[in-house]
Amino acid sequence: MSEKKIDLGTWVNDGVEYLLDNYSGAFDSIGGVVNGFSEALENLLMWPPAWLLIALFVALGLWRIGVKFAVFTAVSFALIVLTGFWEQTVVTLGLTFSATLISLLLGIPLGIWAASSERVATTIRPVLDFMQTMPAFVYLIPAAMLFGLGRVPGIIATVIFAMPPAVRLTNLGIRQVNKEIVEAGQSFGCTGRQLLFKVQLPNAMPSIMAGVNQTIMMALSMVIIASMVGAGGLGNEVLASIQRLDIGLGFESGMAVVLLAIILDRITESFGNPQIANRPGVFAWLNAKLQRT
Amino acid sequence: MPSGKIVVENLYKVFGDNPQDAIDLLKQGWDKERILAEKGAVIGVRDVSFSVEEGEIFVLMGLSGSGKSTLIRLINRLVEPSAGNVFIDGQNVAKMPQAELVELRRRDMSMVFQSFALMPSLSVLDNAAFGLEVAGIARKEREEKAMAVLTQVGLDSFADKYPHELSGGMQQRVGLARALAVDPSMMIMDEAFSALDPLKRREMQDLLLDLQKEHRRTIIFVSHDIEEAMRIGTRIGIMEGGKLVQVGTPQELVDNPANDYVRNFFDTVDTSRYLTAGQIMTDTVPLYVHNGEAPDAAQICQELQDQDQHYAFIVNENNEFQGSISLEKIALMVNGDAVQPLEPDALQQIEPLSHDMPLEQIIGRVVETDGPVPVVDEDGQYSGSISKGSLLSRMQGESNE
Repeated sequence: MSEKKIDLGTWVNDGVEYLLDNYSGAFDSIGGVVNGFSEALENLLMWPPAWLLIALFVALGLWRIGVKFAVFTAVSFALIVLTGFWEQTVVTLGLTFSATLISLLLGIPLGIWAASSERVATTIRPVLDFMQTMPAFVYLIPAAMLFGLGRVPGIIATVIFAMPPAVRLTNLGIRQVNKEIVEAGQSFGCTGRQLLFKVQLPNAMPSIMAGVNQTIMMALSMVIIASMVGAGGLGNEVLASIQRLDIGLGFESGMAVVLLAIILDRITESFGNPQIANRPGVFAWLNAKLQRT
Repeated sequence: MPSGKIVVENLYKVFGDNPQDAIDLLKQGWDKERILAEKGAVIGVRDVSFSVEEGEIFVLMGLSGSGKSTLIRLINRLVEPSAGNVFIDGQNVAKMPQAELVELRRRDMSMVFQSFALMPSLSVLDNAAFGLEVAGIARKEREEKAMAVLTQVGLDSFADKYPHELSGGMQQRVGLARALAVDPSMMIMDEAFSALDPLKRREMQDLLLDLQKEHRRTIIFVSHDIEEAMRIGTRIGIMEGGKLVQVGTPQELVDNPANDYVRNFFDTVDTSRYLTAGQIMTDTVPLYVHNGEAPDAAQICQELQDQDQHYAFIVNENNEFQGSISLEKIALMVNGDAVQPLEPDALQQIEPLSHDMPLEQIIGRVVETDGPVPVVDEDGQYSGSISKGSLLSRMQGESNE
């Protein structure tokens, strides 16, 4: 590094110190909420025996995609169980789901707001760029300082990293709804709220679901990195393999991440695909299957 | 305030930052190109006034960019007017608070779109029921009403399908059903049939005309198809550069186009197809009244010879057509031994043409009849006649224009 003319880094440090000194109470309570939420979700996933959770995913794959994918899901999860990574996988799944849910809870309303106002859209755009492209590790440092080590800073950093696609694709989806369809909604006397829920959101659904899919994928990749601040799960194994230069362990744990990613990707993608999105509800589908056999 | 179902008064739409400035400049005589160049404002609609009568199909025509789509969106205020008034049943839509506007749109007006604009995720039935759902009608009632209108447009058996499973013509039937389901007194149709192939378009026009026979609604119909306009339009308004340049019945526009722009619209169509008996007829045939006493045959014979006419018509005292007689025949009667009175049974009986009979039917009748054919108005009163000669010269005149 050559000589610094402007010491941006020091300002950021000072800023974080300032937040820590003056608002640590606020961060503690946010951390408490996030921790409670994610712990509950993890416990929920841990509660059923492994085979039941696996069966649930296989059934979901069968309903949304097909027999081949269901078989793939069963084989993948069996492999994870047999290599001894099941428990870490469930922890990772829990972290991913918590971070995704928080991202969507914040991101989709923000996307709706951005779609309704040009000013909001232009304001948040650079912020989203920043959140998405800043190297992911960088968030871990202030997150750990503000929230301490463990699951919470991991989830917070993941939310920051994974939220932008949900905002962007919600905004884009709503803006891309056919102009005449929106006019049709208005011309039949929709109020603003009706227009949003009956016209804009349903028609933006494929795009919003693509955003959800992206958010899950980015969350999954980030919770692995978040093991550096002690978030736990498969990331711990990956980290350990690096520290011990254990290629075998790295491959096994990495494989578990990849399989989990493929399964989550295909299933969430199926909800955004307009050709599959119009599939019957699960009960109608089951009924049809049962009648055929 | 002038009467009418829909009254538009001095309506302006300017797209830009300072609409009022642009309107003032227009009033000072600036043209829209100069305002765009110097002020950056686009004039969408300028100083448009017209009224639409209850039950009328008013067709707005114009080239792309002439402001017709903007104008209809000003009427249901999908686009905010910059200045002017729009009265619907006396209520000023342009100045109405939002809540009242929503209420009016739910209750009394609906719209049909060029791209159909159906909700892809809703079934045909739910699409047709959309306006009712928005208005908060309970599911059972709205589905019954939607089913009834789907039956009217012939799609009842497709209620469970989704829009993407339907052809374009069928999708627009759903669009029409959705608009009819709320039972509006007025409908706005924006190039509703333009995306359909010519056969389907004609079919939809017929459907619309049939629906109008069952229940007359006030319709504003935007089109760029002159044949469509002449076929369904009670009156036509022609737009050019945001201005309404002429309003009239199809025939008025054909006969007296306000400028070349209007005339050009009719150049491509065979306007003679839209001529009616009332427009073709002349009053050249000498007319004699049988008022209880038969007219004098010898006098008629002499007068026909003097005027170089070959036929005479006889009407009764109520101006109802009694029959026609040729010069040849009357000359025989006069020169013969017994001078017969011109009683109706001595006359050639011809079924008169009605005033509004279209050209295609007139031609056959005129060809098969010896001599001119009488035309009567809606009350059965004699109003003129059409001969082979006058028909041909009128048709030639039309095609020369």
